[in-house]
Amino acid sequence: MSQSYDANRWKRFEDWDARALRLDQFAIEDPENGFSAFNGAADPKPGLGIKGGKVTSMDGVAASDFDLIDAFIATYHIDPDIAQEAMAIPSEQLARMLVDMNVPRTELTRLARGLTPAKLAETVAQLNAMEIAFAYSKMRARRTPGNQAHVTNAKDDPLQLAADAAIAVALGFDEIETTMRVARNSWSNALACCVGSAVGRAGTLFQCSSEEAEELEIGMAGFTSYAETVSVYGTESAFVDGDDTPWSKAWLAAAYASRGIKMRCTSGAAAELLMGFHEAKSLLYLEARCLCLQRGMGSQGTQNGGIDGAPLAASIPGGVREILAENLVAVWLDLECASGNDARHSESDMRVAAKVLPYLIGGSDLICSGFGSILKYDNSFNPSSFNGEELEEFLVLQRDFEADGGLTAVEDARALDLRRRAIDALSFVLKDLGLAEATEVMKRSVAVASGSNDTASFAPRDVALISDRIRDNAITVLDVIRSLHRGGFEDEAENLLFLVKLRVSGDYLQTSAIVRDRRVISAINDPNEYSGPGSGYRLTDARRKELAAIRDVLTREEVLRAEAASEMGEARSIRYRSMGPASPGTAKAEIVVGVSPGFGSKIFRTLAGHRLSAVLGALKAGIERGGGTMRLVRFRHTADTSFLGLSAARLSGSGVGIGLQSKGTAVIHHKDRLPHNNLELFSNAPITTLEHYETMGFNTTVYAKGEMPEPVVVPTRGEALGARFHARVALTYAIETSMIEDNASPEDLELTFLEQSP
Amino acid sequence: MTDDLNATDYPTAETRPERVLGRRGKPLDSLTMDAVLEGDVDMEDLRITPQALLQQARISRSVGRAALARNLERAAEMTEIPKADVMQVYELLRPGRAHSKQELLETARHLRSRHKAALLADFIEEAADFYDRRGLFRKRY
Repeated sequence: MSQSYDANRWKRFEDWDARALRLDQFAIEDPENGFSAFNGAADPKPGLGIKGGKVTSMDGVAASDFDLIDAFIATYHIDPDIAQEAMAIPSEQLARMLVDMNVPRTELTRLARGLTPAKLAETVAQLNAMEIAFAYSKMRARRTPGNQAHVTNAKDDPLQLAADAAIAVALGFDEIETTMRVARNSWSNALACCVGSAVGRAGTLFQCSSEEAEELEIGMAGFTSYAETVSVYGTESAFVDGDDTPWSKAWLAAAYASRGIKMRCTSGAAAELLMGFHEAKSLLYLEARCLCLQRGMGSQGTQNGGIDGAPLAASIPGGVREILAENLVAVWLDLECASGNDARHSESDMRVAAKVLPYLIGGSDLICSGFGSILKYDNSFNPSSFNGEELEEFLVLQRDFEADGGLTAVEDARALDLRRRAIDALSFVLKDLGLAEATEVMKRSVAVASGSNDTASFAPRDVALISDRIRDNAITVLDVIRSLHRGGFEDEAENLLFLVKLRVSGDYLQTSAIVRDRRVISAINDPNEYSGPGSGYRLTDARRKELAAIRDVLTREEVLRAEAASEMGEARSIRYRSMGPASPGTAKAEIVVGVSPGFGSKIFRTLAGHRLSAVLGALKAGIERGGGTMRLVRFRHTADTSFLGLSAARLSGSGVGIGLQSKGTAVIHHKDRLPHNNLELFSNAPITTLEHYETMGFNTTVYAKGEMPEPVVVPTRGEALGARFHARVALTYAIETSMIEDNASPEDLELTFLEQSP
Repeated sequence: MTDDLNATDYPTAETRPERVLGRRGKPLDSLTMDAVLEGDVDMEDLRITPQALLQQARISRSVGRAALARNLERAAEMTEIPKADVMQVYELLRPGRAHSKQELLETARHLRSRHKAALLADFIEEAADFYDRRGLFRKRY
C-alpha cells in the first residue's frame, strides 16, 4: 500500500483508469464536423412537393438539385399516392402512433411509404430509448425472433469451419456468415461451411462474404443461400467513394434474386463519418436516407444498426440510442432487420450487454447480424459484441429475461459428436472430390479445439489450393451432395438438398424469411401483429424449457447427494451423542454453542467447505484459549442464526453464546440483548476461515468477562457471494427449516472428536 | 383468378407445389436424392424461374410491398441474362465505368432487344439520366 498522502488526485480515478471501459474513446458532440447522433448542423427540415405524381422537392432540396440518393429515393421510395396524407401528419403524432399498441403495424408501414428521410428521422428522434425499443418490438416484421452467427477462423481452416458451422447450427442460429483472411480462400470457406451447416438440422441459411462478382458465383454454385454485403451510404460522395451508386446496388439486389438467393442491404450509423463524407448531417438523418434507398431498391431487408460504424457512433453522445432509432426506422419501412450488435462497440462488457438488451427482450429478425460463434481471435470480421467466449452469457440472459434470442444450449457430449461428424463429412468430401486429404491428427486436433490456436490442421497454402480446385473444377453443391451420400453422410446430403431446393420457389426471398423446422417462415406467414400483452411473439412452454436448460443447474437432490458424500467423512471425525433436554448453565466460564436442526445430521459442511467437525474444533479451541468451556446444544425450534445465538446465550452460564447454522453462518450473542442486536455476526460463511471461527470462540470468552475484544472482521474481496452461493444456501436452509418443530426443547449434545481436528 | 396470388398462397412450395418448377420444368417433388444420385438433376433444375419470381412479386404486392415486387420483377427479367452479362452491366453502372450517357443507353437498348428486359432497360435509362446530371461519367482510374 502506498504510504504517500501527497497525491494531487483522488486515487479512485486510478481504479477507473484500470477498467476496460477507459480503453473506449469518447468524442465530443460536434455537429459541424459530423459528430451528432440526432441533430446535424445541416439536417434539413422535412418537406415534400409533388406535382402530377412526380416529386418536385424533398426535404428542402428541389428536384433539379437532387443528388443520386435524393433522386433514387424520390423515384423509388416515395409513394405519391400516400405521401400527401403521410407528410401531413405531424411528426409528434406519428411518434405517438409508433408506441401506441392500438395502431396496427401495417397502418404505420403504409404511411412510411409516403414519408421522407427527414420526416422519419424527426419522428423517431422524439422517442426516448425505452419508447424506441418498444416501438421496435412492435414494428419488426416477423413475429419469431432469430439470430445470425459468424463462422470464421484465423487460418481459414476448412475442418474447423465445418465443425464450427455444425455447432452454430446446433445452437440455433438461423443464418451463418463466413469470410476469409485471404480473399482467395473464398471457395474453400464456402464449401466447408456449407457441409458443416448441413450437420444436425436442415435449413440454416449461409453466406460467404466476398467480392461481389465472386460472391454471386459462389451463390450460383449453390454453396450459399443469402447475401448481405450490398452496402449503401447516406451521402452521394460516400456512395461513389465506396465505388457504387444506388443503381449499381439495386442492380445487384435484382441479380441475387434472379439466382434465387436471399439478399439484404447493409448500412449503419457513422459509415459516412468514417469515410469522410458526412456533409455535417446527423447519423440518424443519413441512415434514414440509406434505409429509404434500400426500400426503394426493393431489398427485402437490411443489416443496420451501427454495423462497422458502431464503435464510432457509440463514441458520440446518444450514439447508442441513435443505433436503436435507426433500427426502428428500418422496421418502420417494413424491412427485415438484422439489427447489428455485431462489431463490438465497446471494450466494456457492461456497455455491450446493455446495448443488446432491448433487442433480446423485444426480439428482432436477427438480433445479431453476426454473433461471433467462434473465439474473438478467430473472427475474421472483427470481434463481435458476443463471441464464443461470451456465448453462455447470452444463453443466461435469455434465461433471465425469458426472452428468445434464438439460441439453445448444446450439451457437452453432443457438441463433440457434432464436431466430429462435420469434420468426418468434410474430410470425406475433400478426399472424394480430389481436393485434399485430412489426416487423423488434423481431424482430432480440430474436434476438440476451442480455437485455431489449438489446431494442427491445414496450412494457409493448402487452403488456397483447395479453394482454387473447387473453382477451377467448377464443383457445385450437387457434387457435394452426391459425395456426402457416397460417404454415408445421407442425412447431411438430404439436408443440403432441402436447402438448395428452397431457391426454386423463391419463398425465402420474401421479407424476413428464415427456415424453422424445415418450413420457410417470413413476415408473410409469420407476421408480427403485436397489439398489446398476450399478442406478438410469446414463448411456448417447450421453448421456455429450452431457454431454462443451461448446464450445471443445481437441484435439491444434488445438494443432498453432496452432503451424503461428506457424511461418511464426518462419521469418522466426530460423534454427537444426545444427552437429553438442555437446561440453563451456571458456570461463569461456560459458552453455549447452539446449532441448527440439521447440523451434523443432514448437513455436514459449511458453504466455505469446512467440515462441521472442524468448525466445532476451532470454536472449542478458541473458547478454551480464553479460559472458557464449550457446551454444545442443538435447537430444533428455530434455524435462524439470531435466535440460535440468543437461545444459546440464555442457556449459557456466562450469558454469552454462539449461534451456528450448518452452512457456517454464525453469531455471538448475549442473553440480555434484542434478537437482532448481536455482538458479532459472521454472515459471509463462504469466506469464513477456521481461524476466524477460532478467534470467534476466543472473543466470546472476552465478552463473558464483560470486556471488549477486537471484533473479527472477515475480509471480502468483493465477491458476489449471493450469486455464487445463494441457490445452494436456499436449498440447504430449506432442509433445515423443514426440520423445525414448534416449541421443541433444546438438547445437550456430547461431542467426541475421533480424529485430530485441523 | 389463379394468377391473383396473395399471402394465403405462401409459401408457394407448400401451397402451390404444382406451380413451382425448376428451369427445365421439373416439379419440386421430382428433385429427389435418387434423381440427384442418378445425375438427373443439374444446377439448372435448381435455378429459380421468371415465373416463380413473378409469383413472389404478386404475393409481395398483395401485402403492400410494391418496391420489393418491382425488384423481383426486374430479377425475373434478369434470370434470362447470362451471369457474365449481369456482372458486366453491374460493372458499367459503377461510378466512372461508363464514360458517357450513350454507353448506358446502348446497354439499355441491348437489354430491351436482346433479352426482352424492358424493366431493366428503363432502369438503366433512368440511371443514365441521373448519372449525366451528377457528372458520374468522370474518370476514376
